[in-house]
Amino acid sequence: MTSMTPAALAALSRRGFLKTSGALIVGFSMAGSGDAQIGGPSPGSPPINQVDSWIAIAADGSVTAYSGKEELGQGISTAQTQLVAEELSVPFDRVKLIYCDTALTPDQAYTSGSQSHPANFNHGNLAQAGATAREALIKMASQQLGVPVDELTAADGAVRAKSDASKKVSYGQLVGAKKFKLTLDPKARRKPPGEWTVLGTAAQRPDIPEIVTGQFEFVHNVRVPGMLHGRVVRPPRAGATVMNVEESSVAGMPGLVKVVVKKNFVGVVAEKPWQALQAAEKLKVTWTPGSGLKNPADFYEQLRNQKLTRDILLVDSKDVEQKLGQAATVVKATYMHPYQAHGSMGSSCAVADVQGDKATIWSPTQGVWYQRSTAAMVLGLKAENVRVIFRRGSGCYGLNAADTVTYDAALLSQAAGKPVRVQLTRKDELTSENYGNPFLMDERAGLDAQGNIIAWDHEAWSPTLGNRPGPGTPGNVITGSLVGFEAEAFTPRAPAPEPRGFNNNSNGIPSYAAALFDGVPKGAGKVGSARVLVHNIPSPFFTGPLRSPARFQNTFAHESFMDELAWHAKADPVEYRLRHLSNERVIDVLKAAAKAATWDARPSPRSGIPKSGVATGRGVACVAYEGDNGYTGIVTEVEVDQDTGKIAVKRVFVAIDAGPISNPDGLKNQAEGGALQGMSRALLEEVTWDEQRVTSIDWRTYRTLPLGFPVPKVECVLLNRPEEEATGAGETSITVIAAAIGNAVFDATGARLRQIPFTPERVKAALNARA
Amino acid sequence: MSLLTLKVNGRSHTVDVDPATPLLYVLSDDLELRGPKFGCGLGQCGACTVILNGAAVRSCITPVKTAVGAQITTLEGLGTPEKPHPIQLAFIDEQAAQCGFCLNGVILTAKAFLDKNPKATEEEIQQALSGVMCRCFTHVRMYRAIQKYAKEMAP
Repeated sequence: MTSMTPAALAALSRRGFLKTSGALIVGFSMAGSGDAQIGGPSPGSPPINQVDSWIAIAADGSVTAYSGKEELGQGISTAQTQLVAEELSVPFDRVKLIYCDTALTPDQAYTSGSQSHPANFNHGNLAQAGATAREALIKMASQQLGVPVDELTAADGAVRAKSDASKKVSYGQLVGAKKFKLTLDPKARRKPPGEWTVLGTAAQRPDIPEIVTGQFEFVHNVRVPGMLHGRVVRPPRAGATVMNVEESSVAGMPGLVKVVVKKNFVGVVAEKPWQALQAAEKLKVTWTPGSGLKNPADFYEQLRNQKLTRDILLVDSKDVEQKLGQAATVVKATYMHPYQAHGSMGSSCAVADVQGDKATIWSPTQGVWYQRSTAAMVLGLKAENVRVIFRRGSGCYGLNAADTVTYDAALLSQAAGKPVRVQLTRKDELTSENYGNPFLMDERAGLDAQGNIIAWDHEAWSPTLGNRPGPGTPGNVITGSLVGFEAEAFTPRAPAPEPRGFNNNSNGIPSYAAALFDGVPKGAGKVGSARVLVHNIPSPFFTGPLRSPARFQNTFAHESFMDELAWHAKADPVEYRLRHLSNERVIDVLKAAAKAATWDARPSPRSGIPKSGVATGRGVACVAYEGDNGYTGIVTEVEVDQDTGKIAVKRVFVAIDAGPISNPDGLKNQAEGGALQGMSRALLEEVTWDEQRVTSIDWRTYRTLPLGFPVPKVECVLLNRPEEEATGAGETSITVIAAAIGNAVFDATGARLRQIPFTPERVKAALNARA
Repeated sequence: MSLLTLKVNGRSHTVDVDPATPLLYVLSDDLELRGPKFGCGLGQCGACTVILNGAAVRSCITPVKTAVGAQITTLEGLGTPEKPHPIQLAFIDEQAAQCGFCLNGVILTAKAFLDKNPKATEEEIQQALSGVMCRCFTHVRMYRAIQKYAKEMAP
């Protein structure tokens, strides 16, 4: 580990082994964190510690790399290809990357939680396999050429003597399709960023030419000989179960192959998709009335009043009440975030071919090995007889209906004895995916006479049901539950046990807290007195990770509340944040965003606000994502039409630090998309229901920003940190934008928004509530 | 079922289908084209867009029988990875994609509109795309690509 800096070593010791071993992940379950899994790689998966699990070199010198982190549209396959090309000293286009196929690739758990960059670009896995392979090739060349190792160099897929270019041997000649039979060497030297020629550049994505010309194979385009088409019939009301299915109601319909009923799972299989859709609509199913749903009108009060809770304490300095008692001012505010859908634009789709005791499945799942173990449970097969091959779905953004539709296809294929493709209807997608968790959040802080924060208390309530299904809980998503598997148990627990150590995966702990553990500050801030308590409660709807799960919600509350505290302190919001931060990387991104925006330093709201018409303002927010997995600062500029309550975001400035930059254009793309997706979530998105069922069933009732809205100018500042560890990147800007918009609205109008989404009605109500 | 002949990307195809079948299913399943995609089946998102006699239409709500005799163009009919159409090239140059599922609707809607309105303003282009979605929110780059194409095509 010759090139490791002290900071890199510290980061490695903090999370290195667990996060790079492929066996996720540090920590414990909490509302919305979703990705925590215990246990190592799946039995039978290619060993993580073997070079041959990651890299193969053919006789012609072409390189095949194998990864357990897949391309969802976030650009990671391009960056991984760059990484392998860099470490092996071969051109980018000589590397073929294969990812997420249980017959071929290592088990790196889920592609989720901003873990791909840290997992594969630091000191293990794909990066270290590349470095180990390069050093092995140089050693082989040394023997073959009779030149000492330190007089050799690798370039363009060959090893040659530094002093004599004619002494040269190609990788193809050295290994020629043979295996390396080598264990990953932790001492193999990673190329430091200063030497990079491929990694760190804005390599273009190889998939885009295929996508724009209609050649690219999404999972929706997988076609298998003899393939049939399935549709599912979901319960029409919450909790409804099957009483009777009248197969005669569809008898003789053209193309109909089979009606499938397994407990509460109902589906049809037909020769063509249109035929399947018509049969599914016509099939007469009698359902029980169901359990009903509580009136949504007082939803957040219902959360607060839940008696059976599972409590989690993230930090508790034990002196919060005492400090609040001593404070010159105590500030309180409550923030709300609804259920939100992933709402992938193409409804989820999968293809399964179940033949006897074997199955091959093409799935957009985020975890092929976990899909394999749970699909095997659903089908009653042995996991080793199931092969799951990832094919890209539409978007992702977390646990959309990808896993559940894969079970749908598998069940229908098993019943039909033929390959079956299932694509959900828009309504089935939007009514039965695992929604992002709602949150009700109470914030309290004590300020001293100078307005400095002396104590911070955060208490949250969040409903949860189900989660990611792997490795053994298919009942965590609807199809598994319909065929009789239980969702993971909800076990009430109060009071919460003492925190075992610092874990801010959920960003429940505000960046301004020192978060002392054994007297050592672990947080990003200076406020010593802090308590963060989360109450998980049962949810009527399935929930699961939605891009920046819990982090988005908590950061909305923390960063809005920080603005409220700055107002109480009559301080400039940027200066006030800097006053309470200790972490250099958060400080730097905050300053960089403010600088890019030529931040107008003064307290909010601006003076001389008109009471009607259009008002303009600027807002800021920042975060240490998951405590230490990416850093971002953001400034937004908004116009608020005070007569209609409409918010128009005009400009967005994002500063990001994700460690060494692997592909600046890819990072920018993620920062831009994250900011605008977060803006849509902040302004419009909300799952709705009545006392029977979900009522947000299409794009008219689940509202989102289309392409045709005035898109703000988005400017990105990328802070390269070649001396640090690679961190997550794709969930940074989305985490901070909701608060930055709310803070800008406050700056413009003096009205504070505490409930997402910021609909015109809510904006009008907040404007009317102004003093 | 009926035998229908469709003109897709300059070639004739005869298919035996229920004439009420939405055009999308015939294109994506009978003809196995990968450009047009099912997003909502309700004409709300644009994923299924094709150009039919010069106009962008939603193939998920267009019965196949109404497309008989029309010139149908899908993404495949514009260009290839080796020889992309200028609007496809603009999206490659701007790296204007994340998952890419929406690009069929974005590219074809923008192209059909700009072909008829080569002098369109930014606001008019935005208006033309008001019913098209991208849930990865790659908007910044997609508009840059469309503007680039518009400038190249401007008379």
